[in-house]
Amino acid sequence: MSITYLDAIREAQRKALADDPNVFIYGQDVGNFGGAFKATEGLAQQFPGRVLDSPLSEDAIMGMAIGAAIEGARPIVEMQFADFSTCGLNQIINHAATLYYRTGVNCPLVVRLPSGGTPGGGPFHSQSMEALYAHYPGLFVLTPATVEDAYSMLLGAVEIEDPVIFCEHKFLYNHLKAEGLPSEAMPIGKARIARPGRDATIVTYSAMLHESLAAAEEIAADGFEIEVVDLRSVKPLDTDTILASVARTGRLLCVSEAFPWGGVSAEVIARVTAEGFGLLDAAPQRLNAKDTPVPYHPALWGTHRPTASAVASAMRQLLKG
Amino acid sequence: MSEVVKTRTSAGPAAAGKESVGREFVKAYRIMLTARVLEEKLAALYRAGKIKGGVFLGRGQEALSVSVGINLRRGDIFAPLIRDQAGRMAFGDTILDTLRTYLGSSLGSMRGRDGNIHRGRPREGYYAMISHLGAMIPAVAGGLLARRFRGENGVVGATCLGDGGTSTGAFHEGLNAAAVEKLPLVVVVANNQYAYSTPNTRQFACADLVDKAAGYGVAGHKVDATDLANCLEVVGGAIAAARAGGGPQLIVGDLLRLVGHGEHDPATYIDPELRKKNIGRDCLAVAGALIVEKGWATEADLAAWRSEAKAEVNTTANRVQREPEPDPAEEDWCAISTRELEDDFA
Repeated sequence: MSITYLDAIREAQRKALADDPNVFIYGQDVGNFGGAFKATEGLAQQFPGRVLDSPLSEDAIMGMAIGAAIEGARPIVEMQFADFSTCGLNQIINHAATLYYRTGVNCPLVVRLPSGGTPGGGPFHSQSMEALYAHYPGLFVLTPATVEDAYSMLLGAVEIEDPVIFCEHKFLYNHLKAEGLPSEAMPIGKARIARPGRDATIVTYSAMLHESLAAAEEIAADGFEIEVVDLRSVKPLDTDTILASVARTGRLLCVSEAFPWGGVSAEVIARVTAEGFGLLDAAPQRLNAKDTPVPYHPALWGTHRPTASAVASAMRQLLKG
Repeated sequence: MSEVVKTRTSAGPAAAGKESVGREFVKAYRIMLTARVLEEKLAALYRAGKIKGGVFLGRGQEALSVSVGINLRRGDIFAPLIRDQAGRMAFGDTILDTLRTYLGSSLGSMRGRDGNIHRGRPREGYYAMISHLGAMIPAVAGGLLARRFRGENGVVGATCLGDGGTSTGAFHEGLNAAAVEKLPLVVVVANNQYAYSTPNTRQFACADLVDKAAGYGVAGHKVDATDLANCLEVVGGAIAAARAGGGPQLIVGDLLRLVGHGEHDPATYIDPELRKKNIGRDCLAVAGALIVEKGWATEADLAAWRSEAKAEVNTTANRVQREPEPDPAEEDWCAISTRELEDDFA
């Protein structure tokens, strides 16, 4: 049986609803319609009264989720697109994220963000918000890159007693397939060596994992073995696994689909430079999207975001250094 | 169709017996008085430099505020705002925890991590406000939704805000979402004429804020917020209507803020003509006069109650000032409860 990344997200929600009566889903069009991407298809029918259509009100959606979490419910919020979560930003960063520190009362909720670019998505349906949320204390930020992680990490997210921003990549929804749902999972908070190597390390996450793996394959033809680290979660960030990889290879390229200023790639390089300066044989490099809004036309979009060939090109430069 | 209930008389609930009306009124008055005396102490401590950060008082808003807290029950949800000392105390907050939070005692509910009016005990239904106005409306609605999932009936959630708060997107989104779900939510607007320095004329263009109720399909209620009897009747009625399944209720109380926005603010912008109007009356004085007029207590009783409250406030303030401050070395500096997953790179 073939399972897509999107199927995995739906099945994880089905299992969460079945396993815990406190779980409910709230978001725009998530009910009988099954969601804009069909990530909740069939769930409203299977779990009557627990998969609720919300008004077009991201602030209220998040506020409602927070209140429900205070009372012991475990809400899963679907933002229709990650981009629209900015309309609920205040409740996420100032309310959900501060609640435990301020009051000692934890706030278990999951915000699913359909993230990242797709051809034709344009400036308001393509953004990668993980760095924005990771900046704020009190939030977990998960960025699954595989079907297995989409399933197991979403189930894990529902069990975490704190607010979790779950960045699921729209480009992977139907492109990425696996043979079945995983029966066991790596723990949240651990990065994974997606491809072992010895000449350089690529640290990446989400859809950029697949561009990076393709680049590593391309460069293998030149005789270089590139190690690829899939972060899986950007907060917490598994600094130990990154440093161990850099210790093996001496070279670091960090690849992210997000905008270049600050962000996950900058954080990784800051940590490696501070903690592992002596491990580096060359200056660490980063490859991000361009510093413009995400363009609509596929020809522009394909250059705005890092691609396998752009990653390969950046890696060849790094290997020369 | 929403219904705007305009009750402006001070007759009190006709159905209740005279004696019980008097008892409830006096109980509410004494909470208002304690809140007033406590806030006078907070102002004095602020002027003496003992309180770090702001002090925000509810002087003139006690009647409306207390009417909310006193009509809620254990098991209800209450998210007060900055001028709700009286309502907070009616809901179970204490002189001790108020002082601990304002003075930053490590023994207070917020442990020095948050201060002044940002206090609460969410597990007890007493939500801790964030500063962003309107934000507590959907939070209380969400709490009520969770209670509904659990099959709890007869629960009410109430939250308060001011005229300025009605201009926020959160107010609109929250009230609308609560109306869609027909939740037992009571939103109490203290229209004190100014949002910090901004007068109503620069805040909204509708004839009356209660007109907004119709737009959301919720019941609307007007109340003379300088009149405790009117407040108890109207707020009590709205809370009972929500409890009985009548859906969200919007209450708008007209009054005047009798202090600055905070104690740092001399409020020179307030139009002196407003002080001469009905809304400029001090609700505490109005309520005290009614108690004496009705014969529920004497002037001497009122003075004794004030002395009693003052003594308790002073004793508690002295005690709290001897309590330990939070110690940065003891603080665990962790913002998540799932500590094993903390991002520990610092």
